[in-house]
Amino acid sequence: MTEIKVLKTGTQTTIQDRGRYGFQSYGVSPSGAMDSYAHRIANLLVGNNLFEAVFEICLSGCELEFSDDCVIALTGANLSPTLNGLSLPMWRTHFIQKHSRLSFGRIITGCRSYLAAAGGLDLPTFLNSQSYYERADIGQKLKNGALIEIKKPKAPLNSLIGRLIPPKHIPLYKSNINIRVIMGPQDDYFTEQGIKTFLSSKYTLTKDCDRMGYRLEGKKIEFAGASEIISDSLTLGSIQIPGNGKPIIMMADRQTTGGYPKIANVITADIPLLAQAKPGDSIEFTSVSVREAQSVLKIIRY
Amino acid sequence: MENIVIKPLIKPLGDSAVTLEWPSDISPEINLLVRESARKIDSAKIYGIIEIVPAYRTLTIFYSPFDISYEQLHDRVILIDFSSEKTRKTEKNIVRIPVVYGGEYGADLAYAAEFCKMSIDDFIILHSSPEYFVYMIGFMPGFPYLGGLDERLYIPRLQKPRVTVPQGSVAIGGVMTGIYPLKSPGGWHIIGRTPLKLFDKKNESKPFLLKAGDYIKFVPIEERSFTDYD
Repeated sequence: MTEIKVLKTGTQTTIQDRGRYGFQSYGVSPSGAMDSYAHRIANLLVGNNLFEAVFEICLSGCELEFSDDCVIALTGANLSPTLNGLSLPMWRTHFIQKHSRLSFGRIITGCRSYLAAAGGLDLPTFLNSQSYYERADIGQKLKNGALIEIKKPKAPLNSLIGRLIPPKHIPLYKSNINIRVIMGPQDDYFTEQGIKTFLSSKYTLTKDCDRMGYRLEGKKIEFAGASEIISDSLTLGSIQIPGNGKPIIMMADRQTTGGYPKIANVITADIPLLAQAKPGDSIEFTSVSVREAQSVLKIIRY
Repeated sequence: MENIVIKPLIKPLGDSAVTLEWPSDISPEINLLVRESARKIDSAKIYGIIEIVPAYRTLTIFYSPFDISYEQLHDRVILIDFSSEKTRKTEKNIVRIPVVYGGEYGADLAYAAEFCKMSIDDFIILHSSPEYFVYMIGFMPGFPYLGGLDERLYIPRLQKPRVTVPQGSVAIGGVMTGIYPLKSPGGWHIIGRTPLKLFDKKNESKPFLLKAGDYIKFVPIEERSFTDYD
């Protein structure tokens, strides 16, 4: 049985699948892969069920070793992956020989890389998911020395070699991005000027950005009155505005409820792009209707 | 209970969720209506709904836009009769929470009592007398948003939140009291600790001690009894 050994976790390496749904009424964050597009393409390439668990590798320093032969694919951010010292092309499958070592170096584009192994990862579920949720230490924590077993693939490894994604389906990660949002539900907590500021200013990701949420820096957004609401549920991409007027975008490991007004919500189709943004990158927001947001999804068929 | 006939406002929360909001103050009656409404929506078995989460006076429906559009969901939801059930007597589920007040488990108890201009004993009596209502669970796994704190015990939050508050800590902040189910940063005053696990990840079949609609009663115990609950 092939095992992936975590030699170094680097900045942050976690196991993620589709996420943990059904328990938000108990305060359990859905978690799951931040970039659901890269996640699914990685699995598609290696012949796995699309939502199989993968390694989500964030920024720098991760090093992995394979105990035996396997087939993998790497998608998402280009973190200069090398296999046994040689540059490893992304968005395609590779046959990995026994004892090979995969390392990551300089960050070229994006923030999070996804590693899928043909067969998927042999890990127990907790509340229907293999995703790791740091706040409650749910799921398999990856420490230096951790050994993760790969399940037996359904197809023979040879049949998976040479599969690749055509360039037109490989996203470009830029350091200035435009993110579409649906306004509300508490956009009425802001003045007309406040809304205008939100939709016309450039906001920068501060270093306080992680799987829980992204804190942005930029022009303060003006409140019409109260700056707190009666706490209620949020979702992936909810943009809260706390008292200081600077947006916080709620991400995969977000808390399930919040007491700040939500000016808008990032559309599902733009979450993968947002997941690849890192501190120093800038965002501009564009308002779209729910109908438009949902038709975009149908076109790209998430 | 009087028949409440306030219709909720329906608002999109992005493209994969919808929030129903009852324009009202916080009260256990409205909260019951919210939870009953969540049950009604669930019973309608609308294809595409992933989960329904109640809060103080809102509920949020999480759905898959591949299975149902916003308009379709909206049109199904407005057909549901959300008026409250007449004379429905529900049994109170009161969960007793043993607490060791003060000492090493409640570092801020003395300060809190002094701030509220009362003795530590009186503070403990006032904190442990009410049956607190659990409005919702959120913020972190198992964390209850409680109603019913005596206004004589209101204390502003810490100016500088603690980096770590131990698991099980019972605390007061602003007009709220609560229990930290997990070790966490925290800006509330720590007055005691419970040995009970509000979130037990070792018990996958029943990991959560509390749910929305429960009541809790804090029961003072001696420090030496803390380990009786292992």
